[in-house]
Amino acid sequence: MDLLEYEGKKLFADAGLPVLASRVAGTAAAAAAAADELGLPVAVKAQAKTGGRGKTGGIRVCRTAAEVTAAATDILGMSIRGHEVRMVLVEQGVEVKRELYLAISSSRALRGPVLIFCREGGIDIEEVARRDPGVLVRTPVDPLLGLCDYQVRDVVAAADLGAAETAAGVPARQALAGVVRALWRLYHDRDATLTEVNPLVLTKQGEVVCLDSKVTIDDNALFRQADLKRDEGEDEREGKARRAGLAFVPLGGDIGVLGNGAGLVMSTIDQIAAAGGHAADFCDIGGGARAEGVAAALELILSARQVSALLVSIFGGITRCDEVARGLVEVLDRSPLGVPVVVRLDGNAAAEGRAVLAQASLEGVVVAPDAAAAVAAVVAAAAAGNGGEA
Amino acid sequence: MAILIDERSRVLVQGITGREGALHTARMRVAGTAVVAGTSPGKGGQTVEGVPVFDSVRAAVAETGAGVAVLFVPARFARDAMIEAADAGIGLVVCVTEGIPVRDMAEVTAHLARRGTVLVGPNGPGLITPGRCSAGIMPADVFLPGHTGLISRSGTLTYEVVYELTHAGLGQSTCVGMGGDPLHGLGFLECLELYEADAETEAVVLIGEIGGDDEERAAAFVRDHMTKPVVAYVAGFSAPPGKRMGHAGAIVEGSSGTAAEKKAALEAAGIPVAAAPADVVPLLRQRLEGRRT
Repeated sequence: MDLLEYEGKKLFADAGLPVLASRVAGTAAAAAAAADELGLPVAVKAQAKTGGRGKTGGIRVCRTAAEVTAAATDILGMSIRGHEVRMVLVEQGVEVKRELYLAISSSRALRGPVLIFCREGGIDIEEVARRDPGVLVRTPVDPLLGLCDYQVRDVVAAADLGAAETAAGVPARQALAGVVRALWRLYHDRDATLTEVNPLVLTKQGEVVCLDSKVTIDDNALFRQADLKRDEGEDEREGKARRAGLAFVPLGGDIGVLGNGAGLVMSTIDQIAAAGGHAADFCDIGGGARAEGVAAALELILSARQVSALLVSIFGGITRCDEVARGLVEVLDRSPLGVPVVVRLDGNAAAEGRAVLAQASLEGVVVAPDAAAAVAAVVAAAAAGNGGEA
Repeated sequence: MAILIDERSRVLVQGITGREGALHTARMRVAGTAVVAGTSPGKGGQTVEGVPVFDSVRAAVAETGAGVAVLFVPARFARDAMIEAADAGIGLVVCVTEGIPVRDMAEVTAHLARRGTVLVGPNGPGLITPGRCSAGIMPADVFLPGHTGLISRSGTLTYEVVYELTHAGLGQSTCVGMGGDPLHGLGFLECLELYEADAETEAVVLIGEIGGDDEERAAAFVRDHMTKPVVAYVAGFSAPPGKRMGHAGAIVEGSSGTAAEKKAALEAAGIPVAAAPADVVPLLRQRLEGRRT
């Protein structure tokens, strides 16, 4: 689950990381009031779960109340890389002397967390990694030992802060070491899979401040992060699917897809694309595949109005195909779908499953002999439903 | 001995008194597995499917000599169960459980590596050496003893490809489901190394999907270290970036982890990539025949 900048900064503040005073606003008037409270200048920042806010005009520094109102009005109407902006963060201004980069993320290859630091910040870190990998400090953190002092010292040395940099008697080097330790604690204690500060800045006054926050929390660990609300997804149907125990991703095509097993459904969607069709969704009903699961899945898939045909692809491993077939018959009998349905059953009790469907002889339901035939049939049915245009 | 498990493997089921644990204990036994013990804290002394239940893995190992542990334990208790198994001297831990936190898996993989314990999973179907031993939830009926090794990130795709192999008379030495999570135990590399060294395995099928770079690293390994033929299938060509496709680990991040990239890396290493699961069989036949002539 990705957090918005302001949500991440709340965790930062709780963890003792230095952030600037800020207020969230959903209207231009609220943004102006926040600026008045914080004192000018301020930065008005789009709250959207995507990078590239700066490049797209989603972050503006404002020196007058009129500028704040104008900036908030513009930004609140924006859509950044497909993400609609519904909130802005109004944040106290700061005089930046240097920008740094600091992150901890989960590495598949290293099977654990890795700390990344760069003495240049505010940049695309992947681009820096390609251009000049030598400037990055990349150090795996042992999951059982935690962050070690020498790793913190390595980061502070790489930052190359002068001994003269101090604020309120605290040397910037010491402040940076504190930030690195606090970020690790936050990453560990809040079950994050990413905590990124880009940029982490040194101010002209010698303070070290987290100017941005990017935090991803592990969905599987939310049971022990009780204060973090589960993200319902930007598509309302994804939330519904989660509650019904289905894995569901809307895809925007016109062929509804339902199957058992993530790999099998991905593979089915690929084969539809290869045959010239477009899947409307990814929907994995998992093992077991009882009638309630099938019913919930069908309701979700068909709530996308553009669906013109449906493919049900089941490979019975432990799941018996005849049980799935009975579930389908039960659901389709109760409420016919009004679009052609192609069913593919293979594996455990496939013959029995096909017999169940043949006996029910539901209108508009075709049973295909194998996966390739099923894909061809559903793509043809969708094309026919669209008046012949493939 | 095929790889990792065979008829001599003595299997322990953690969480044997639960619904899934009991169900799959019965299935594993039908598949020829020596299930010698089960554990369930507080339920020592009972039996499930005729298998004695112990309070702890340590007690079960002392009494029965079990060396393989299969877990049917809820996600929030899985970390402790895997560590308990490793600390009791279990050499192979198989974790079927889905939804284990990433932090727990990082700690478990680090601890098991120090113990020298091999982990298969989590969030996968386990592994099977057909006719001899099943450690997990693979449907034994689909499999046929033989000489093709298989390693996969997806359960149902494994069954689907194996179904085709079996119908074509191409039996399997061992099939391993490494699981769909981003942090997992045994991966393509370790398995390919085992298959390369295994006298019973003639060729290997590799089934990948979007997310991470396991397939790319496997391709480099095959190019540099494998003499046996390898064919592959990859799922997720039409997956949109940034969306998790069912498996926690199946996600295209930025521009990396795409199926097209993986296919290109595999093909560049000389590994043919099937267009559909059903196409694995003809590709494998070609490679095997090419080798014999």
